[in-house]
Amino acid sequence: MLDKDGIAKRIAREIKDGFYVNLGIGIPTLVANYIPEGINVVLQSENGLLGMGPFPFEGEEDADLINAGKQTITTLPGSSIFDSALSFGMIRSQKIDLTILGAMEVSENGDIANWKIPGKMVKGMGGAMDLVASAKNIIVAMQHVNKAGESKLLPNCTLPLTGVKCIKKIVTELAVLDVLPGGGFKLIERAPGVSVDYIRQATTGKLFADDAVPEMSLN
Amino acid sequence: MINKVVSGADEAISDIENGNTLMLGGFGLCGIPENCITALVKKGVKDLTCISNNAGVDDFGIGLMLQKRQVKKMISSYVGENAEFERQLLSGELEVELIPQGTLASRCMAAGYGMPAIFTPAGVGTEVAEGKEVRNFNGKDYLMEYAFDADFAIVKAWKGDTAGNLIFRSTSRNFNPVMAMAGKITIAEVEELVEAGALDPDQIHTPGVFVHRIFQGANYEKRIEQRTVRTKK
Repeated sequence: MLDKDGIAKRIAREIKDGFYVNLGIGIPTLVANYIPEGINVVLQSENGLLGMGPFPFEGEEDADLINAGKQTITTLPGSSIFDSALSFGMIRSQKIDLTILGAMEVSENGDIANWKIPGKMVKGMGGAMDLVASAKNIIVAMQHVNKAGESKLLPNCTLPLTGVKCIKKIVTELAVLDVLPGGGFKLIERAPGVSVDYIRQATTGKLFADDAVPEMSLN
Repeated sequence: MINKVVSGADEAISDIENGNTLMLGGFGLCGIPENCITALVKKGVKDLTCISNNAGVDDFGIGLMLQKRQVKKMISSYVGENAEFERQLLSGELEVELIPQGTLASRCMAAGYGMPAIFTPAGVGTEVAEGKEVRNFNGKDYLMEYAFDADFAIVKAWKGDTAGNLIFRSTSRNFNPVMAMAGKITIAEVEELVEAGALDPDQIHTPGVFVHRIFQGANYEKRIEQRTVRTKK
């Protein structure tokens, strides 16, 4: 079973040289720490920055330079800054190659819910609805089951949707899964030491698995 | 050159009235018009509709106006940093319209570009789409979203000149340029106000034609929401 960094590490292996990538808040942010050496990637922050650098050194924080999670960050050589309309222009026109974001639920036809729990949590969707509606390639990083032990991979989402039929790949602490075009989750890889049966029990949506499912390698 | 300079925040917002619709620039607490918010709290104007990506935090930014119950309705994309906001929303005291961030930016842009509406795929198939016209272009569904209609846009820039030209700094640019173009009256507060001619025309982000009033703000706190650092090895 993977920890959060393990999930981030596995997702980082999906990033290809030359990609422009948008990382959501939470586990997706950690992916930046595991981008393989020798791969040139530009991180987009939808508040208006391409080429997001690491956190600043202590004492060098700049209140005018933050990411979409409102964290102080830095720029890199080649960075550019722009306004919010232009930022979503590059998202809508599919200039961003890969979007990685968290989710509360994903359905077996690729619907995602991650912005609202009616009557309980009202935070808003931020840029998530724009990203999932336009992105070519979206990977969801999330825990396989919620705190109550219920599966987050479902036949249908029960929470208000963020987007429909848009998720193609999910990485959890237990597995890597693809969403099949015709519906259902296809088990691609198991986390080290996790059995197919265990994953099946943690997945309420339809799960397809071959007889032998490889264990994921993280290095 | 036409002179847009006013004495300060109090004069700039003096004709904002109860029930007006305001756009306020900023992302989180980054690039917010601190001086005008303070002046609005002092003036005590009420029943405002505020269009702003976020709602500040409990004791800063638009949060200060929420504390005084000056806001009737908030139109935002993300409000998770403000407990008082969430309380007023869940208790029904505050009307809230949550919309996708790109839709928010594009509805500002449409207003500034003189276009009545835009089409965006964001929110198709979700509760955001309820009651909205859906159009299919090239096999994909899009929602029709209207341009905003705001009485005032209030923005914060880094530098500005007496003619109203604005330059923003770093990611404090965010919604400020698109909102500056979108208000019937646009008020700009700047950290440094210079004479017309002192800024390079090639470097202007917002041309002065969009700005009706400008003043040099004071005492910027520029509060940081999430101070994240790394240590030198």
